[in-house]
Amino acid sequence: MKILINGNIKQFNGENMTISALVVTLNLVGKRLAIEKNGEIVPRNQFDAVLLSDGDKLEIVGAVGGG
Amino acid sequence: MAVVKSVEGNEENHMNDDLIIAGKAYQSRLLVGTGKYKDFTETRAAIDASGAQIVTVAIRRTNIGQTAGEPSLLEYLPPEEFTYLPNTAGCYSADDAVRTLRLARELLDGHKLVKLEVLGDPKTLFPNVIETIAAAKTLVKDGFDVMVYTSDDPIIAKQLEEIGCCAVMPLASLIGSGMGILNPWNLQIIIENAKIPVLVDAGIGSAADAAVAMELGCHGVLMNTAIAGARDPVMMAGAMKKAIEAGRESYLAGRMAKKLYSAAPSSPTTGMIS
Repeated sequence: MKILINGNIKQFNGENMTISALVVTLNLVGKRLAIEKNGEIVPRNQFDAVLLSDGDKLEIVGAVGGG
Repeated sequence: MAVVKSVEGNEENHMNDDLIIAGKAYQSRLLVGTGKYKDFTETRAAIDASGAQIVTVAIRRTNIGQTAGEPSLLEYLPPEEFTYLPNTAGCYSADDAVRTLRLARELLDGHKLVKLEVLGDPKTLFPNVIETIAAAKTLVKDGFDVMVYTSDDPIIAKQLEEIGCCAVMPLASLIGSGMGILNPWNLQIIIENAKIPVLVDAGIGSAADAAVAMELGCHGVLMNTAIAGARDPVMMAGAMKKAIEAGRESYLAGRMAKKLYSAAPSSPTTGMIS
């Protein structure tokens, strides 16, 4: 399936991937981040439950230096 | 520019002169940004030297890919040690600003204190006050404690207060310009009218500017480039800390009255040798 992550299309094998599994695949385990799926925030405690499907649009953000 | 206000009958208690924002007390009246530093080590050293307890951060897309071991700002500035103030820098609409801060709240475990700024023009970074007001209304309704960056218009500042913002932050001059306080008279009106803290945000260039802001009666100052853009950011951070403290004490102490001249020298006029 194809998922748009932070503006880039990423291809993943198989179906039924949870947000938690995606976080592992992207090497983001332990990073403080927030995720929006199709315009809706996915609370961290639902990462295990929320499944991704083909065509989903994700924004994955973190805190960076800024004024 | 010698713009300093004479303060009479100041009721604020010098012994416990905390800055109260959204019910929380801070001992430092200097708030600093975390952008534009050489590296995180310099960021941390400058922030330590500034004594700041509140630090702004931006919310941006996480790098996806070869960045597994990359250090993050949060490791250098643990959220347990500092009060994070996520901002909406780079947002040009109320919707984008609200969306950004909702993500920030999720990112920072329900953290409510935020800095709202909605820009109107990428060249000057002037704020768009119409979008700012719209975003402020939504965020306040949504339970955020909103510190709001705006122009130095006293009417807008008052409206933002009435909407329920917890602090109003007029610009001294444009973001990153280092031009200092261009309209101290407007700031003075904003401060006089306000029942919430007024912090100058943007435009401070030197320690002198920061001291003038505090002498005007500002409750605090937020800056980034003035420190990060100095030749020696860590030294400048220390200078800003002292300037904020000196300006605050000067305000509380109440400056002498200004006269064009005075026939009252400081040394006795009697007992002169002849």
